[in-house]
Amino acid sequence: MLSFIVRRLLSGVLTIWFIATATFFAMHAVPGDPLTQDKAMSPAVRAQLEARYGLDKPLGEQYQLFLGNMLRGDFGISFTQENRRVNDIIREHFPVSAVLGLAALAIALVGGVAAGSVAAHFRNRWPDRVVMFAVIAAISVPGFVIAGLAQMVIVQLNQLAGTTLLPVAGWGSASHIWVPALVLGLGTMAYLSRLGRASMLEVLSSDYILAARSRGISGGRLFWRHQLRNAVLPVVTELGPSIAAVTTGGFVVELIFAIPGLGRYFVQAVQQLDYTVIMGTTVFYGAFLVLVVVLVDISYGLIDPRIRLTQGRG
Amino acid sequence: MAIPVFRFAPWQPPEPVQASVQQPSAQWRPSLSLIAAGTVALAMLLLVALGPLLWQQDPSQQWLSQISRGPTPALAARVVDGERAARLPISPARRLEVLESNTERVQLRWPAPSGVTRYRLYRADARQPGRGLPLWQGRELSYEDRLQLRRKLYRYTLVDADSGLLLFATETRPEPAISVFEAQLQGLLAVADGPHPNYVMLPAHPLGTDALGRDLLARLMAGGRSSLFVGIVAPLLFIGFGSLFGGLAGYIGGGFDQFAMRLADFVVALPFLLFMILLRIVFGIGPGENGIMPLIVAMLLLSWPSSARLIRGQVLALRSQPFIDSARLSGVGTPRILWRHILPNVLPILLVAFSFAIPQAIFTEAFLSFIGMGVSPPSTSWGAMCNDGIKTLLSQPRQLLWPAAMISIAVLAFNILGDGLRDLTDRRGGGQGH
Repeated sequence: MLSFIVRRLLSGVLTIWFIATATFFAMHAVPGDPLTQDKAMSPAVRAQLEARYGLDKPLGEQYQLFLGNMLRGDFGISFTQENRRVNDIIREHFPVSAVLGLAALAIALVGGVAAGSVAAHFRNRWPDRVVMFAVIAAISVPGFVIAGLAQMVIVQLNQLAGTTLLPVAGWGSASHIWVPALVLGLGTMAYLSRLGRASMLEVLSSDYILAARSRGISGGRLFWRHQLRNAVLPVVTELGPSIAAVTTGGFVVELIFAIPGLGRYFVQAVQQLDYTVIMGTTVFYGAFLVLVVVLVDISYGLIDPRIRLTQGRG
Repeated sequence: MAIPVFRFAPWQPPEPVQASVQQPSAQWRPSLSLIAAGTVALAMLLLVALGPLLWQQDPSQQWLSQISRGPTPALAARVVDGERAARLPISPARRLEVLESNTERVQLRWPAPSGVTRYRLYRADARQPGRGLPLWQGRELSYEDRLQLRRKLYRYTLVDADSGLLLFATETRPEPAISVFEAQLQGLLAVADGPHPNYVMLPAHPLGTDALGRDLLARLMAGGRSSLFVGIVAPLLFIGFGSLFGGLAGYIGGGFDQFAMRLADFVVALPFLLFMILLRIVFGIGPGENGIMPLIVAMLLLSWPSSARLIRGQVLALRSQPFIDSARLSGVGTPRILWRHILPNVLPILLVAFSFAIPQAIFTEAFLSFIGMGVSPPSTSWGAMCNDGIKTLLSQPRQLLWPAAMISIAVLAFNILGDGLRDLTDRRGGGQGH
């Protein structure tokens, strides 16, 4: 077990190094640099700025410097947002993305399991058909369209009510979270609904449900104690990859709902070729993803001892 | 007390179950949803491939006089010269008189009632109550309205600006018009000066126009070309490359296999969307390019590992099968084994992977174009059209809904197609896949 964890962590570190290196050279291969702007800059000013950010050094040396700083956990200063440290940008804006992502995940899990259970209990009848159609629709409509339509609906609702029931965009209060989180979690919810339906169907046809029924257990107790608890487990184990997808996949939702999350800053940084912010956010996201995957792998072993962790990959 | 006697019958072997004779045609009968999805997908491809031959409007032609219009038929439009009219002669009639009423300008004049020195003019949609928008205030006895006129019924109300007393009101519906300048720009008039016909024909816009006055139907077709081109060519390339690479790795094995799979592990670990954006910028676009090629190359670089792993696993399983050994023993060379014996066995799986990769690629393209990192103007795609459309969502929802519906229908069709194909190949493979 311990050697497995150590090996997974080591390969994770190697992966992060690969991500950082690939990003570094891909970024520097883009024509131009962050100091190339609309405004003309006198050569003296430019030389000073280059010296300040270390752009005057050869690429290899810049790479070494970057790796050294990364090991110390320092990603430098943003080019476009004066005097803002990249670490501060991540520290301030990642929690926003994380809260949004966790809310989305919670909604997706609850909604997915509920929809899956309903579909399984009414197999091949109309509630099943409705849920399965909604699932296919949810994975076929792009997130930005759902986000736009959701905003339109909110506007109409607010107009009907005459007051602001739900804010259309922005961040700060609890009421800001629900709609973006629902939009963000919809794809995951659809995926989990499918899983939940399949796993509930398996539970429903199992012998222990028959045994429970024969002992006279029915209704709510049968559902909550015997069916749901068994059906949820396979769904929960599939949650790991979704965590990564939801916490880092919120670019569009953050853009449309004007949420100050990290995804928005990444897109902005790429458009302005802000070297330090690109490196910082990419490495941070990469490390986060790798860490989540490792944790999920380990937790599988804890939840279900039948999974043999010592088995090598590939 | 009698002891019950059990009579045990001697054991009989069970009747052999009559195996239901499966017709090959029954195995291959595709489901109804598969047929429907295939038809929709095909119709979509035909629409974007052949549609522009039938609907020959230029998707980047801007009609300044037709910005954000709803569906309009072909119209005869009055040609109006662009100059603002000099002061109109004073009206002899005792009412608010409409001299000219078209979508370029509405000319109004009125007599001077005694005691009034300043006038104020309002314009309202005739279906709505109230005076509406205050247009103008002044001492003249005429006014020329050029403010965003549409082909609908307007009510003009003239009041005394000092006392607010109602003087006159009238209703008018502007007729379609186009300025001489724009008619010449669009090639409807040969020369600006000199005599010109009073009317020209404006083309129809069956789905309306966008915020720059471009025909939505033509743009949907042009956008669909880029969207579906990326959606089909990119999976073709990355599945082709991935399966070749993975297949070779599985077949050759050893160090090459190790190397290939480590490489795949690393590429899978890269955050996909982040690297799509980065690579799209690295490959850059020169002037006059539409940005589709960088997108496809970036997708190829990032998406090959999944099919490489899939095919490698299949090849590993197939390699140890007796028929491969017997083929090799009978002297068949490696390329021929790969082509004649391995490929036909992995082809159904490749087909399924391909049909599932199409909606993914369409989504990726739409997402990147939506955040402005995909297809670059003047070319367009459904994602880029959504990006344009979402800006006017509240006032002009159709500009978002049309491209969004196209993306959704295409993705839905290809998803169902993939599901159906997977079921078909599963049944044929006798549960080999799952």
